[in-house]
Amino acid sequence: MATPTVDKAAEAGQPEPGFADSPYITVTFRIRRFNPEVSEDASWEDFQLEIDPKERVLDALHKIKWDQDGSLTFRRSCAHGICGSDAMRINGRNRLACKTLIKDINPEKPITVEAIKGLTVMKDLVVDMEPFFQAYRDVMPFLITTGNEPTRERRQSAEDRERFDDTTKCILCAACTSSCPVFWNDGQYFGPAAIVNAHRFIFDSRDEGGEQRLEILNDKDGVWRCRTTFNCTDACPRGIEVTKAIQEVKRALITRRF
Amino acid sequence: MSAETTPVNDAVSLYDVDHPAPVIEPPRKRTAKTPKATRTNFELYGWLFMRLSGIVLVVLVLGHLLIQLVLDGGVSKIGFAFVAGRWASPFWQAWDLVMLWLAMLHGANGLRTVINDYAQRDNTRFWLKMLLYTATVFTVLLGTLVIFTFDPNIR
Repeated sequence: MATPTVDKAAEAGQPEPGFADSPYITVTFRIRRFNPEVSEDASWEDFQLEIDPKERVLDALHKIKWDQDGSLTFRRSCAHGICGSDAMRINGRNRLACKTLIKDINPEKPITVEAIKGLTVMKDLVVDMEPFFQAYRDVMPFLITTGNEPTRERRQSAEDRERFDDTTKCILCAACTSSCPVFWNDGQYFGPAAIVNAHRFIFDSRDEGGEQRLEILNDKDGVWRCRTTFNCTDACPRGIEVTKAIQEVKRALITRRF
Repeated sequence: MSAETTPVNDAVSLYDVDHPAPVIEPPRKRTAKTPKATRTNFELYGWLFMRLSGIVLVVLVLGHLLIQLVLDGGVSKIGFAFVAGRWASPFWQAWDLVMLWLAMLHGANGLRTVINDYAQRDNTRFWLKMLLYTATVFTVLLGTLVIFTFDPNIR
């Protein structure tokens, strides 16, 4: 559609009104590429494309992969901010590519896209999430109860549900954990995401495994390594108050002890 | 892998599908074997100590600086006689002793966390901490010794 419009405008010698209204702008994407089958070094590669600034970074990555360079590798599944597959570092900040509009991140300058930090880069924007999920598994993110299964659902008051509502929003995208400077340098730290998911069960009135989880997070690589830099809260694409959740676990540990 | 023995005459690339380049692993990665629970409250007490000693130190250190540097002619008044006069009172002895212990332990614990956060290899981590602990114990013991054995009539 765009090409004939340009030709007409050139013939007429002045820009056609329709051309001025074209939503498309030229955006440069500077993507950090790494392919272990070619080189051991990662490098920045620039891609220019015409795109509507109201589109998302994920759409731009699709355009690049489909039209320019099929070897560009990244994860995405639902493309609507729920599956948590496409967390990446866009203009130096961890975000979901499918929730970031190009117009919101200054498309006049090249937009940098790189893999999230603190995890092994396998190729381009794909990282090895295994250490992240290991930390998640280590906090036992499932309902723990004693006694017989109730024949009906486990009832809970609205207030009790509200207590941990914020931390139920986590989609495990790793944007918080991979923005945490403590995690960057020491992968033994559980990281914000694991603590958020422990918080979700620790403060659930139906759950009875809170003591065990608190004991796990009381350890040397648990909540006490948090330096409250708030990187995780800034990074969370779901708006979870991650640092607050970590502080609440700390408070629970202290009030349990004293 | 025999990647090292491959002749480099294929100058295009050292790496291909069968011989991929090494990836960069994060330091101290978490694996299924990682969590070895110590089941102590050391980190909890350490965290609490930092908060409580911090509050006390604000009073102690600001009071100390005020007396030493601002009141009564400022820093120029400090001499052997001034220190001897202050340490004649058990109150200032206790003040300085508490300040010494709290400040040293507070600072040492802070540096311990910095080392834990920033040291990349386990060996570096261990030796930096040993150095820190040695320096801390030495300073605390020496300071305590001086406060209690200070002799104003020394010649």
